[in-house]
Amino acid sequence: MAKYRCTVCGYIYDPQKGDPDNGVKPGTVFEDLPAGWVCPECGVGKDMFEKV
Amino acid sequence: MEIRKNIFWVGAVDWNVRNFHGHTYTTKRGTTYNAYLVVDEKVALIDTVYAPFADEMIEKISEIIPPEKIDYIIANHVETDHSGALPRLLERCPRAKVVGTQKCKEGLYKNYYGNWDFQVVKSGDSIDLGRRSLTFLEAPMIHWPDSMFTYCPQEQLLMPNDAFGQHYATSERFDDETDQCALMEEAKSYYANILWPLGSVILKKIEEVKKMNIPITMIAPSHGIIWRKDPARIVNAYASWAANKTEASAVVVYETMWKATEKMARAITQGLTDSGVRVKLYDIAESDRTDVITQMLEAKGFVFGSSTHDNDMLPALGGFLELFKGLRPKGRVAFAFGSYGWAGGAVKEIEGVLQEAGVETAMPGIGIQYAPTAEDLKRCYEQGKAFAEEIKRR
Repeated sequence: MAKYRCTVCGYIYDPQKGDPDNGVKPGTVFEDLPAGWVCPECGVGKDMFEKV
Repeated sequence: MEIRKNIFWVGAVDWNVRNFHGHTYTTKRGTTYNAYLVVDEKVALIDTVYAPFADEMIEKISEIIPPEKIDYIIANHVETDHSGALPRLLERCPRAKVVGTQKCKEGLYKNYYGNWDFQVVKSGDSIDLGRRSLTFLEAPMIHWPDSMFTYCPQEQLLMPNDAFGQHYATSERFDDETDQCALMEEAKSYYANILWPLGSVILKKIEEVKKMNIPITMIAPSHGIIWRKDPARIVNAYASWAANKTEASAVVVYETMWKATEKMARAITQGLTDSGVRVKLYDIAESDRTDVITQMLEAKGFVFGSSTHDNDMLPALGGFLELFKGLRPKGRVAFAFGSYGWAGGAVKEIEGVLQEAGVETAMPGIGIQYAPTAEDLKRCYEQGKAFAEEIKRR
């Protein structure tokens, strides 16, 4: 499961951890994040992320 | 100062501030903190000012209405130059509700630890003031996570906080009243030094707002001049900078111990000049970093040079490159040079920073031991010429 980096603030999305504070369960791959999901650190959209 | 019928500028002019954000930004023309008061059936204040100017703002408000009458204080951005007067103001209008994004709410608490009545808003939410309303648009990372824009549809007025601002202290408030060169220079400096790394977010936001098809005939930012004659001018400038549009020009930045590196810098600059590429040369130990970064915004090529000192580059260039690295400039080319006494090191260290910054090292570095000979300087000159061709080719 690939990690993704926010190109704006550097936050790393780790699918093993998910984003439980925002309702994303551990084990959710990046592609399965809902379209409206935003970077929990800086708030920009999914399209600002790149594969690590 | 009325900017639209019953909408007032109640901000402050900070004529004498010369360093901003600590010492990261030189405000050689000072700045303003813009706050806007909308007087309708309900009263809303959009943003406040830096804390030392709180009384000045409250006095301006008091000349229009008693501050107690304020119903809403819109906090577009948590940063203290816009929120600093909030605690003082809220003592005068305890009834007022503070309005902002969730991140703004969290940030304001972490700055002031006040238990204020806060209304969290999201994109598309609006507040009815009577004849007018205010609609909000979240703008994360333009330029902090909490940032948002406020739009008044009845007045076609956008208040985008720090976006489209300038650190420019003036007695006049509007774009058509002020010195055009100074205005655009400060707008460019502001973009280069604050917003440069956020270009991709800015481009997307401009597209988003264009698709919303909302009329905007006035842009009132939180610093500097209000755009009323031609708001599209600054939006188009932002679109161009955010798209990394560059010209075939170069900026040479160096630091020198005994003038050997300086001689190399001059030879490289001459090579670029003789090839028809516009170039600026800066000894960074003597220059203003804010100005240099402004000049780099539209340049395609960067050349960095330093003498080697303790196996590394000199400290003024080191500090400058630390700042430069954070701007993550896209689509630029560069090379490094410098004089050394024995083992060298500066050229390699500079190239390391270029790599970290994501800037392509387009030519081999030039290291010269002690003072350059005429032949060495010829080599520097030729590399300047070759780099000019590289810049033109890209």
